[in-house]
Amino acid sequence: MPTSHTVAHYESQTFDVQKFRKDFPIMNQQVHGKPLVYLDNAATTQKPLSVIETENRYYREYNANIHRGVHLLSQQATKAYEDARVKVQKFLNASQPSEIIYTRGATEGINLVAQTWGRKNVQAGDEILISAMEHHSNIVPWQMLCEEKGAKLQVIPINDAGELLMDEFKKLVTAKTKLVAVTHVSNALGTINPVAEIIQYAHSKGVLVLIDGAQSVPHVKVDVQVLDCDFYVFSGHKIYAPTGIGVLYGKLKHLETMPPYQGGGDMIASVTFHKTIYAKPPHKFEAGTPHIAGVIGMGAALDYVSAIGLDRIAAHEHELLVYGTKVLSQFKEVRFIGTASEKAGVISFTLGEIHPHDIGTILDKQGVAIRAGHHCAQPVMERFDIPATARASFGLYNVKEEIDVLAQAIQKTLEVFA
Amino acid sequence: MSDFSDLYQDLILDHQKNPRNFGEMPEANHHADGYNPLCGDKLTLYLKLDDQGTIQDIHFKGSGCAISKASASMMTVALKGKKTVEAEKMFHEFHDMVMGKIDKAPEDLGKLKVFEGVKEYPARVKCASLAWHTMEAALHNEKDVVSTDDGKGSEA
Repeated sequence: MPTSHTVAHYESQTFDVQKFRKDFPIMNQQVHGKPLVYLDNAATTQKPLSVIETENRYYREYNANIHRGVHLLSQQATKAYEDARVKVQKFLNASQPSEIIYTRGATEGINLVAQTWGRKNVQAGDEILISAMEHHSNIVPWQMLCEEKGAKLQVIPINDAGELLMDEFKKLVTAKTKLVAVTHVSNALGTINPVAEIIQYAHSKGVLVLIDGAQSVPHVKVDVQVLDCDFYVFSGHKIYAPTGIGVLYGKLKHLETMPPYQGGGDMIASVTFHKTIYAKPPHKFEAGTPHIAGVIGMGAALDYVSAIGLDRIAAHEHELLVYGTKVLSQFKEVRFIGTASEKAGVISFTLGEIHPHDIGTILDKQGVAIRAGHHCAQPVMERFDIPATARASFGLYNVKEEIDVLAQAIQKTLEVFA
Repeated sequence: MSDFSDLYQDLILDHQKNPRNFGEMPEANHHADGYNPLCGDKLTLYLKLDDQGTIQDIHFKGSGCAISKASASMMTVALKGKKTVEAEKMFHEFHDMVMGKIDKAPEDLGKLKVFEGVKEYPARVKCASLAWHTMEAALHNEKDVVSTDDGKGSEA
């Protein structure tokens, strides 16, 4: 686990990307006989050695169940599990650890809010407001809720650059609106949404706001108290942590009145066959033995990015975005999908008439890993009247030379289909 | 170019650019829709069968990647005039070939053997087989959209 001396060490230097790359064992390999160029970070990020070793150490040295053992290993595991919660709290600047609920990922966080807060508070005729650039995970849970309750799903439209139409947003917040659920950063377009403005406006109308932070936490410094959002979700695996673990932040006042999500062990204060008294948040929402190793690994991942500094990571990735956009602009066949003025390190594009799936296969043979498809955002594809896009997305370990390799691979693709 | 010649052969690229038997077929008496959720390939397959079970005409329309489009195009060429039992047999042979279940492509697949290279690209097997699955559904007049995603994460 990186310690405080690591923090001081990194801050005293410029962004030494080659040094950081060495922290990721997977980078040192070839695919199809070519050096791996991993540009699929919006799908999932690679894991630094500190995260891998932290998980490994848990299983090797103190694997035990949490919150229920008097023995030493259980106490150690419980401490590491709850220490990680404090790390998440500090990372998001939540006011207290009990506002941090562990989930399987952003998707489960959204489903949790829909199935607990939503089922309690949303009634027939009410409206849930999402945006046209949501990932399916921030569409389907609300559709399910609306169907069950007879509520209506409303959608904030976007312009051709992939930016929210804020005037339309304001018109769509009405007396019927119960919740605004929008993404902080679009996975398909890279757009960084003005969530502070959205939250402020929704609150002025008495409407709660959930922010999907799956694509933002690895790239944008998030302060939930400054934002004043009611709920914020993210996935660990997109911020260099293991898969299968994520976070729901909720204001304590909401969490306290929400019914539990799942019933089981660890979420109760007492159980008889007549009545069960639920535990307080966060444990009320964490039934069953959780992904302890993942939680502890996620703590190590947050330590890792915090030691480097999110602002510096964001600046590095922005440089890659600018460079990548410039390099790809040289191809007349490239059409960028998502040209918002505020963008994270995501370049979504099409290449003439060549289907993105074919681009993906040919790039793969050059060692370049990108995403090809609809990015679980089919309404976005429909909005731009395309079946799919190719998407290159950057992480803290990417370098400009890799973008040059991407450009060469795109050139090859054009030659194959010439 | 040599890196991709096993998959993107000239014949495949030709059919991708100039798909044969492309477009709707009003006189069809069988049709089915196919969908590949992984990459968004969509196609509709039209068949005109006579009383003896001969495929008198076959067309397709839709959008998709080079592999799915070329596969659909070459399938229509191969199946025109064939009996439905022959079409079913070729479907199984083609399927086994792209899945890598057989060492050598069956000779009676003719030009369709060009798709043998697909077996080296597991992510593309669904693209190559979509048209065939849809053709089989059309033969049986299945109403549901054929999806190459069987929910088990494997090509079906």
